Amino acid sequence: MSASAQPILDVRNISLSFKGVNAISGLSFSVAEGSICALIGPNGAGKSSLLNILNGVYRADSGEIVFCGDHFRAIEPLKAAQRGIARTFQNIALFKKMSVIDNILTGLSRHSEVNLAEQALRLPRARRQEATFREKAEEMLEFLELQPYRDSVVGTLSYGIQKRVELGRALVSSPTLLLLDEPLAGMNAEEKAEMSEFVTGINRHLGVTVVLIEHDVGIVMSISDHIVVLDYGRKIGDGTPASIQSNPEVIAAYLGTVQ
Amino acid sequence: MTATRLAARPLWLEARDVRIALPLLLVLAFVVLPALGTEYWLDAIIVPFLILSLAGIGLNLLTGYAGQTSLGSGGFMAVGAFSTYGLMTHVPFMPLPLALLIAGLIAGLAGAISGIPSDRIKGFYLMVSTLAAQFFLDWLFQTVPWFYGYGSSGTISLPSLEIAGRDINTPLGRYFMTLVTVSLLTIVAVNLVRSPAGRNWMAIRDMDTAAAVIGIRVHRYKILAFGVSSFYLGVAGALWAFVYLGSASVQSFDLTRSFQILFIIIIGGMGSIRGNFVGAAFISLLPLGLDYLSQALFSGHVDAGLLQNIQKALFGVLIIAFLIKEPDGLARMIKAAGDRVSRWPLRF
Amino acid sequence: MEMFAETLIGGLLAGTMYSMVAIGFVLIYKASGVFNYAQGSLLLFSALLFVTLKESGVPFTVAVAITVAVLILIAGLIERLLLRPLANRSPMTLFMATLGLSYVVEGVAQGLMGDQVHALDIGIDDVPIFVGNVMISQFDLFAAATALCLVGILALLFNKTRIGISLRAVADDTRAALSLGINLNRIWQIVWAAAGIVGLVAGMLWGARQGVQFSLSLVVLKALPVLIIGGFTSIAGAIAGGLIVGAAEALGDTYIGPLIGGGITSWFAYVIAIAFLYVRPAGLFGEQAIERV
Repeated sequence: MSASAQPILDVRNISLSFKGVNAISGLSFSVAEGSICALIGPNGAGKSSLLNILNGVYRADSGEIVFCGDHFRAIEPLKAAQRGIARTFQNIALFKKMSVIDNILTGLSRHSEVNLAEQALRLPRARRQEATFREKAEEMLEFLELQPYRDSVVGTLSYGIQKRVELGRALVSSPTLLLLDEPLAGMNAEEKAEMSEFVTGINRHLGVTVVLIEHDVGIVMSISDHIVVLDYGRKIGDGTPASIQSNPEVIAAYLGTVQ
Repeated sequence: MTATRLAARPLWLEARDVRIALPLLLVLAFVVLPALGTEYWLDAIIVPFLILSLAGIGLNLLTGYAGQTSLGSGGFMAVGAFSTYGLMTHVPFMPLPLALLIAGLIAGLAGAISGIPSDRIKGFYLMVSTLAAQFFLDWLFQTVPWFYGYGSSGTISLPSLEIAGRDINTPLGRYFMTLVTVSLLTIVAVNLVRSPAGRNWMAIRDMDTAAAVIGIRVHRYKILAFGVSSFYLGVAGALWAFVYLGSASVQSFDLTRSFQILFIIIIGGMGSIRGNFVGAAFISLLPLGLDYLSQALFSGHVDAGLLQNIQKALFGVLIIAFLIKEPDGLARMIKAAGDRVSRWPLRF
Repeated sequence: MEMFAETLIGGLLAGTMYSMVAIGFVLIYKASGVFNYAQGSLLLFSALLFVTLKESGVPFTVAVAITVAVLILIAGLIERLLLRPLANRSPMTLFMATLGLSYVVEGVAQGLMGDQVHALDIGIDDVPIFVGNVMISQFDLFAAATALCLVGILALLFNKTRIGISLRAVADDTRAALSLGINLNRIWQIVWAAAGIVGLVAGMLWGARQGVQFSLSLVVLKALPVLIIGGFTSIAGAIAGGLIVGAAEALGDTYIGPLIGGGITSWFAYVIAIAFLYVRPAGLFGEQAIERV
């Protein structure tokens, strides 16, 4: 963990409830820049809800988020994307009828600076931008080893590959903060190893701060710099993997009696 | 490796197509057809086929690419036709191509306005609002006499069809005018669907909440889709009224027309540019085919009304069949067949 | 003042006819999640069949019985050939399929039975009655009464019979209903047949009013604003929506129409419906759809 003074993300006393059910209660934690922070906890503990607040899909009832110096409680998804917050979803939110490369290219859409007329007439500026975008997309395909699937329609691909494509789409826009919602779900051991290598690679080589939700505790322990444990919307643990492993409350609520 | 090669690909123009098929097609259209085509074929089959393809492209951009189902195509075709009429009759020295362009822009504006509710109203309800636009526009061009020049019959027609002083009101003239317009606009459509705008539309179609999350301005692009689509429909409407029919009234652009265009894109393939041509060809040729069959099998003893109803029922069956079996339409079927042919004999 | 009352009452009563047509849609939407564009065509078909039989000398009740039997048969065919193959597809796809279905039904109906206009007499004299100084159409009253009866019967069916309860279960949660052993295909057949019968009743009334002819199939376009206002899943909503649309149309046509050229009934109800949507996206009684990410 770097010794930077300001955390890149500061969650301050966030609360959220749905029709009387508390999804999140008074949650506070910080994420240091360039680190990998994992959110773990039983199902329904509020983890996905927090991610949804961070990228604007939900609005918190109270509390505040501070991201790169900006304060907000609610944010529009578009603004969150523009501020450099990118995200993958539990149930894969890919564009199922588009090809892999087109999906990744959509990740660059918000950076497009050519207007409709330029695109309609394929003017030089549009062609140059398209070439630049395609280059970036190809780099991403290479980085995530997705070239064999470049032109395949995403909906026809296996779950594991789709998850990688979604990661690529989130990553290609050079985000500052990457939110991953169960990136390893539904994968076998080999796929999980591959995916976690990609995640650590992204963090180490591209310097992207990662907040991820994950249930595979073993992998979480090995790749995270910092773990936050949630249970019923409250934080019950916050610290390094080592400290979490020995936290009695966490063990009781989540890890059970298995060492 | 082979397994992934065989995975479905989107219906893009591939390098192979561009190198071989496209030049062939251009030669066919610009050289062969004019030389060999009879007046009847040019006037009654090819020109309407081209115009319907153009209308199909328009609706396909909105419905097939951007995912917003619309039943208002006819109405926006009417806007284009009546705007052209207004421009040509009220603005002195207005060149026909310019009138078409401006009429298209007017139709596009009308379409964009009709798309404004699309952030609050979605899916099926949005489709109903397009129906409202259709009915309203039908009523407008029938009820306000200014639009049809206070004539008693409510029809509009142009005194002459000229470009740069040359009369094009001949079968070949009309054919080339249509061909050039449709070709140019098709190129533009292909450019659009392969650009960020096109990808944004498809993203909105596939999952608009995710599109918003990755930073696409969903509302703006929906409005844009409505606008661009209506531009195409407007130009198609103007061509239909003045280049194909000669004179037209609101009846040519009613709900039945909207359904026809929708059927073109369902049968031809939604989310495809070439599909519109395939669908329009199908729609144009099916009545001929049925006529021919009835002549051949029943020596023409089949009553015209009955034939029409058979055609209607057949269309319905085809729509259902395509939706069940091949939702990407004939374009996908043809492509799949072409792929199989090109891989033979290496089918393994 | 009388004109206002007359227009209003006439509109409300006409609205009950719209409600009746809308009820057919609600039934199908509740059970199979599809907006059945072909409802209007089925209405035309059933009215046409009935009238053709009657004109060939078949007695009234027998003609009704035969038509009902054919409708049940058609419902079975639709379920088998259209609903089952498209079971997991998007609602828009299903809607487009019903568009195709409407073409099939119309083509077959008019192909087999011709496209002339048939007059239909169901024994009600359209002699107006007077309440005070306000003129009310007897026919409209009869139609309204029929609509109410229909609603009553349907309400009984839904709440008291096993089939009705199964139907509500299917409408509520299809998967759960399946896991309880409810035969989805059978339910769909029953619902579509019921919708067809509702269509027949509506078709007979509309046909008596304006003749049995092709324009009958266009009632579907009238039903849409009703369903938007009342919600797609509620019979009470269909009634409320029908009344609102009927009244609004009649008043609009009388008071606003002449100001802007007349003949605004084709789109007036739609504008009202869309304005409604802005305020209540799910209609008066409809269900809010929630999308999970």
